[in-house]
Amino acid sequence: MDVTTFWFLVVAFLWTGYFVLEGFDFGVGALLPLVARGEAERRQALATIGPVWDGNEVWLITAVGAMFAAFPAWYSGFLSGFYLPLVMVLAGLIVRGVALEWRGKVEGRERAVCDAGIVTGSVLTAFLWGGIFGHMLSGTLAGTLVGGALSLSLAMLHGGVFLALKTTGPLRARARRAALTAAAVAVPAAALALPGVPAAIGPAGAAGADWTAHPLVWAAAVAAMVALAAGVALVWRRREGWAFTATAGSITLLTATVFAVLWQAPLPGLTVAGAASGPYTLGLLTWIGLIALPFVLGYQAWTYWVFRKRVTA
Amino acid sequence: MDALDLARWQFGVTTVYHFLFVPLTIGLGVFVAGLQTAWHRTGKAHYLRLTKFFGKLFLINFAMGVVTGLVQEFQFGMNWSAYSTFVGDVFGAPLALEALLAFFLESTFLGLWIFGWDRLPKRIHLACLWAAVIGSNLSAYFILAANAWMKHPVGYEVVDGKARMTDLWAVLTNSTALAQVPHVVAAAFIVAGGFVIAVSGYRILRERRMITDGDVTVPMARPARGRGPADPMMWRTSLRAALVMTAIAGAVVAGTGDMSGQLLRDQQPMKLAAAEGLRHDQKGAPASIVPGVEVPYVLSLLAAHDPNAEVQGIEDIQRRYAERYGEADYRPNVPVVFWSFRVMIGFGLATVGLSLLGLWLTRRRRGTPDWFARACLLALPLPTLAIVAGWLLSEIGRQPWTVQGELLTAASVSPSVSVTEVAISLALFTALYGALAVAEGWLLARHVKAGPEPVVPAPRVPDDAEPARLAPTLMY
Repeated sequence: MDVTTFWFLVVAFLWTGYFVLEGFDFGVGALLPLVARGEAERRQALATIGPVWDGNEVWLITAVGAMFAAFPAWYSGFLSGFYLPLVMVLAGLIVRGVALEWRGKVEGRERAVCDAGIVTGSVLTAFLWGGIFGHMLSGTLAGTLVGGALSLSLAMLHGGVFLALKTTGPLRARARRAALTAAAVAVPAAALALPGVPAAIGPAGAAGADWTAHPLVWAAAVAAMVALAAGVALVWRRREGWAFTATAGSITLLTATVFAVLWQAPLPGLTVAGAASGPYTLGLLTWIGLIALPFVLGYQAWTYWVFRKRVTA
Repeated sequence: MDALDLARWQFGVTTVYHFLFVPLTIGLGVFVAGLQTAWHRTGKAHYLRLTKFFGKLFLINFAMGVVTGLVQEFQFGMNWSAYSTFVGDVFGAPLALEALLAFFLESTFLGLWIFGWDRLPKRIHLACLWAAVIGSNLSAYFILAANAWMKHPVGYEVVDGKARMTDLWAVLTNSTALAQVPHVVAAAFIVAGGFVIAVSGYRILRERRMITDGDVTVPMARPARGRGPADPMMWRTSLRAALVMTAIAGAVVAGTGDMSGQLLRDQQPMKLAAAEGLRHDQKGAPASIVPGVEVPYVLSLLAAHDPNAEVQGIEDIQRRYAERYGEADYRPNVPVVFWSFRVMIGFGLATVGLSLLGLWLTRRRRGTPDWFARACLLALPLPTLAIVAGWLLSEIGRQPWTVQGELLTAASVSPSVSVTEVAISLALFTALYGALAVAEGWLLARHVKAGPEPVVPAPRVPDDAEPARLAPTLMY
């Protein structure tokens, strides 16, 4: 495998990590007013993501930083091309981050303002990411809206399952119901969006494109759907740990499908090779990344291990 | 106004704003880690109270540094896509390394520190804070190395109209970076030191007034918060520690500032000339204190360590650049650069002078005079204005280049982004940042005013014990 291909996989891996990890903390934020009643439960819900959300967000910073270093033309074309949506993403992440950090240091009405910031920031950003990638692949308003609805509902499903996995008491029961409700949107949205993703490899909008040309991409899309269905079934049967694994797998496979399409053309008129940095830079970054990544994964995993217990109200 | 002007304003506004919080994060993090280490080693309760009190202020501020940093990373691609495409191969590498090696460390271990008070063994918990603050300082190194490359590009060649890195080591050990990193990081320690000096001075005055008025009932009247006058020696401890930190950092800033001045003479002569308002090449150049007041030979002495050395002047450099790079105006905004330089040095020196004075006044168990405790409040605005002026000098002095001698700012802007789009984002970020600045200032002020919470030393948690529930001390 040449170093350009490898770095494309690294970028895809980082975005996948971002969507899987921040996906559930967006979901918890979006579900906050729906599942948590009263201050004690809100604190309980937020304590499940408190120690980890900031680390989850660094996956985005690293994904974008890796695009800048490895594919400068892709980075600059993507960011300047989706200018206003990304301004809104940044505004959402700013409001959400500050609200999450400040919430514990204020009281009363100010806490309600922080809650509003967490919910707005989570919903807005989760919707926009799906909308941005939906637009990138389809180039249509319908694709944008379906992508946005899919990513928001998937985040809420994923976050609901996470909450059910990490909490006890009435919050846990409500989180499970909320996850099932979110699934009622996520499953049809996925069924609508997923066939369109591999089809986007052809000319944009050529739905039903020949699947034999790219069988693996179609397989990934189908597998994403299967994982999603399995996640819903498992949360129905109260197997929260396995359900979370399945929703995480579904997001992973969905992101893999999207990036498999982007591999053909990360942006219209741009090839991966044409966007890439020189072999010297990529080679060096490879070595540094290979040495550093196990440590990063190790201590992030350790965080989840330290805070592995369920959070009670 | 075209998109270029607005994009420049946006970069200026968001960068200066980001830079109000980051130095405090860098310096205060180390200060809090030092306090917790002192508690760990001595077991004295007032160290723990100080750790939690300043830890809370640190976290309120940390949030702002993180979220405004996101905008910085995206902005290069959004507003400056031509720049990003040109330099990504070189400039992107330190940015990617910053995220991979520094930000993950910082955010992950800070989360463990915030929520780990009752979950982790004491030593591990302390180590988490150190890991997080090492991450903050490491990130300063990478981003400043990237910034130094814009001022003094090294380790690259231009191929097909793009910069290609040829030597990462040269980029990371750029002479400009080696002078700039300790200069800026030490300045960050002065900002944080000044913050702690001001807060300690305020608390000393407040608690002294409460006690001398016989008015102990004032703080005690709020038992709901359970916050009363603290151990008066406690604030002396934090004040003295911050005075020492500021004084030492002052020496580093002065030394590295001298190094930077000499590098400017070779690498960015226009910035040096503008900072001194020197119009024409001159041997034995004088330093200008304010317009019209000059000290002979001092500029040459500072810039080359030789009183008779030649220093280039603005108009002569303009003429040479026009011959070399083509007709254009290569002069930065001279008055802004000139006055930024004076504000940086003047306010920086004033802060360090204040800290030396404080160390003398409080020597050998002497108390803090009221007038000095009041003067301590100046340590909040002075170094902050100095460090902001330092950035204005550094970045406006670099104009009209984004990469010195290689790429003009005018050629760096995103060609596909419209004036309306930049105007919307500029307006949105300015409004959002303004509101958040008010909220942060008010939040910090309220916590300083309320003072530290009483701390009952927690019983040591055995390594294998599992507390029944997550009980974070600092959040939620």
